[in-house]
Amino acid sequence: MGKTVELLEAKGIVKTFPGVKALSGVDFSVSAGEVHALMGENGAGKSTLVKIITGVYRKDAGEIIFNGKSISPGSTLEAEQCGISTVYQEVNLVPELSVAENICLGRQPKKLGFISWGGVRKRAVEALKRLELDIDVSKNLSYYSIAIQQLIAIARALDIDSKLLILDEPTSSLDEKEVAELFKMLKKLRGQGLGIVFITHFLDQVYQISDRITILRDGGKVGTFEAARLPRLEMVGRMIGKDPEQVKSMEKKREIRKVAGKEFLKAEGIGRKGMLFPMALEIREGEIIGLAGLLGSGRSETARMLFGVDPSDSGKLSIGGADTDISSPKKAVKNGIAMTAEDRKVTGIISDLTIRENIVLALQARAGAFRTYTLKEQYALADKFIKALGIKTPDADQLIKNLSGGNQQKALLARWLAMEPRLFMLDEPTRGIDVGAKAEIEKVMDELCEKGMALLFISSEMEEVSRNCDRVMVLRDRRKIGEISGEDISLQAIMKMIAE
Amino acid sequence: MEEKQKIFRDNIFKRLFWPLMALGLLLLFNLIFTKGFFHIEMRDGHFYGTLLDILNHGSKVMILAVGMTLVIATKGVDLSVGAVMAVAGAIAALLIVQVESGWIFVQGCTLGGLVPFLNAHHMSWFLPALAAIMISLVAGLWNALLVAGFRIQPIVATLVLMVAGRGIAQLITDGQIITFTNRGLTFIGNGHFLFLPFSVWIALGVFAIVAIAVRKTALGLFIESVGNNETASFYAGIEAKTIKGFTYVVCGLCAGVAGLIAASNIKCADSNNAGLYLELDAILAVVIGGTSLNGGRFFLAGSIVGAILIQTLTTTMYARDVSPHVAAVPKALVIIIVCLLQSETFRRKAMGILKTFKNK
Repeated sequence: MGKTVELLEAKGIVKTFPGVKALSGVDFSVSAGEVHALMGENGAGKSTLVKIITGVYRKDAGEIIFNGKSISPGSTLEAEQCGISTVYQEVNLVPELSVAENICLGRQPKKLGFISWGGVRKRAVEALKRLELDIDVSKNLSYYSIAIQQLIAIARALDIDSKLLILDEPTSSLDEKEVAELFKMLKKLRGQGLGIVFITHFLDQVYQISDRITILRDGGKVGTFEAARLPRLEMVGRMIGKDPEQVKSMEKKREIRKVAGKEFLKAEGIGRKGMLFPMALEIREGEIIGLAGLLGSGRSETARMLFGVDPSDSGKLSIGGADTDISSPKKAVKNGIAMTAEDRKVTGIISDLTIRENIVLALQARAGAFRTYTLKEQYALADKFIKALGIKTPDADQLIKNLSGGNQQKALLARWLAMEPRLFMLDEPTRGIDVGAKAEIEKVMDELCEKGMALLFISSEMEEVSRNCDRVMVLRDRRKIGEISGEDISLQAIMKMIAE
Repeated sequence: MEEKQKIFRDNIFKRLFWPLMALGLLLLFNLIFTKGFFHIEMRDGHFYGTLLDILNHGSKVMILAVGMTLVIATKGVDLSVGAVMAVAGAIAALLIVQVESGWIFVQGCTLGGLVPFLNAHHMSWFLPALAAIMISLVAGLWNALLVAGFRIQPIVATLVLMVAGRGIAQLITDGQIITFTNRGLTFIGNGHFLFLPFSVWIALGVFAIVAIAVRKTALGLFIESVGNNETASFYAGIEAKTIKGFTYVVCGLCAGVAGLIAASNIKCADSNNAGLYLELDAILAVVIGGTSLNGGRFFLAGSIVGAILIQTLTTTMYARDVSPHVAAVPKALVIIIVCLLQSETFRRKAMGILKTFKNK
């Protein structure tokens, strides 16, 4: 990079939320006429950084210099007035208003204090012309496709004479053709000297459009790289916190198990429109299978589909050789499938109920309301698991919300282990858990797999996946792209497959 | 084991402490200041007195509160119970008049024949009462369909029937107030059985049936689970929809029973006034009883205490000759005090203020 003057320069940005340091002294700069990709895993701090630049949050420390002036926007409106505009993942417009009204909303051209509707239309048409979009601006926004709506949102953002355009996951609701359209537009805007910040989790797209890439991890900056000189493998490695050398030198620690269990689940062409492309998969008894992929690659979606939360709408699925249709968690549970989802607070714990009630819930749900477990049975069960998993609590009658995160997680495992599942799917089971608890959980799981339970393991820690699994299914962009099994499993192999 | 059961009981006691305290204070007030409030006399083998009137008149809200407790525990609310009462009363009154005029008498007898210990004469009330319960069941199913099936906000969904219900009742009675004299039907709201007003027995029966149905099975656990975290309950394999729908059906049925008592009380079906605003009393009883409008844990016994407290207040107003026009004001005052006392935040703040006073 030559010594060009940066359009935006953020220095040493710090932001702390109660209990979490979201950003710890991050530098970030964008020059005019470039597309700058902001990359990082979930929780890396991308959104926080963007929200500070656009005035949604206030920074705790640091400085933002925009166009040569130090700014400190206190609201999105202030940021817009400076010339920074944002388009969010979901279209933030009003579907019931016309395209023209949407574009000029809040800044309608006025004549004698009254809105000049002619002016509104004219201005909207001009704004769209900049994107070479020729549509009827008097139609309601909802008349147009999501892709067009996304472009209209960009037109609105540009209408305020902005110099910096921030796009937060603009492509997640677009199909390939629409993405191509959008990129054509972005390239043109870049040519006009606009600075563009682009956030996405689609790796292909990053390389298609961006000039530079800044990677964040755990609230800190990993580095800024020129896209052309950053190999994919390296980018993935840096996003998950391993430099390529480290990845290469990392040895596989787990002994290889020969799994010759009977087939438990077999699926062909199962997928869900808009969520997952059709895939085939097979799970054997006693097997530990990992799902690897970056965030948004479809890892959690696969588990949710198999558990009937978002049931598949195509293909065939059989369990133990018999054709089955898993259309709800209840059916999954009936078929011996258990799952702990990623978001413990939302999908896991029933916070105001006791540990005992939380543990007995799935078992009781499977038995139905009228085959009631007696209090004595419930306490026996709860006490057994409190002891077996080492849940730290005075007794089973404590409310689960009073437990620490790790102990809540153990109680949730207990809920599912109580029904003796044949397939247990764990989505980020070790998130927010200390090392000791992690090891305990891994041990319990290993024992159960010896007894024939199949385990599907999802983790954003790819190292964890490669260390623990007999077989790894790799996903990218909502598609299963391959499998690695046995001795071939290594962090490097997984990352290579993701990057290719 | 016993220790744990004790903790469980302690919790219930803690929840019931403030409403019971308020009730106790109110009764104490009446004991000292209201002459004859505690007077109970035996006439024709039955007890009479102000306290029994409270139970008798309070029975409707008690029954409504039982059903409402379950609905509120799922984070919902049922505004239609008052209107459903009117519909149930209207159906019962219409049919009893038809039965007595001989139109449906034959059918009534046939049905009565199926139940051996009831003869045809006694059966005249059976068909109307059954019809009233059936129509309240339909009302409950309708609410269940809207809330659980179509995921319409409970307030909006049940508002439909709250408004339309009285219209339906008017249609049934053709805009008339239908009076009846049938002994069986008037017994429900005016008769006595084993010393007590019959309606009190009905309320106790409804309470007992529902309490056993939810606490001796896992239904109660499922209701609390769904009310506390619907998504997580769904993930645990609970059919959240069915559970929610079930509570609205129970609530509708309770409203039907209460509607029968209301019509029987005054021996007529008054579509405009039967059960008017009782949905609000029922919700209040539930909240006083310690069940949160945020759903989750529910306390059936607490709701019964709440209902009794509300009725005691009303009766106290009558007994002290407070004009009905202004009676709502002191009633509201007492209720706001009970609610404030239940609020932990309020108690903490009040304690803090008291302490600073002491220190001065």
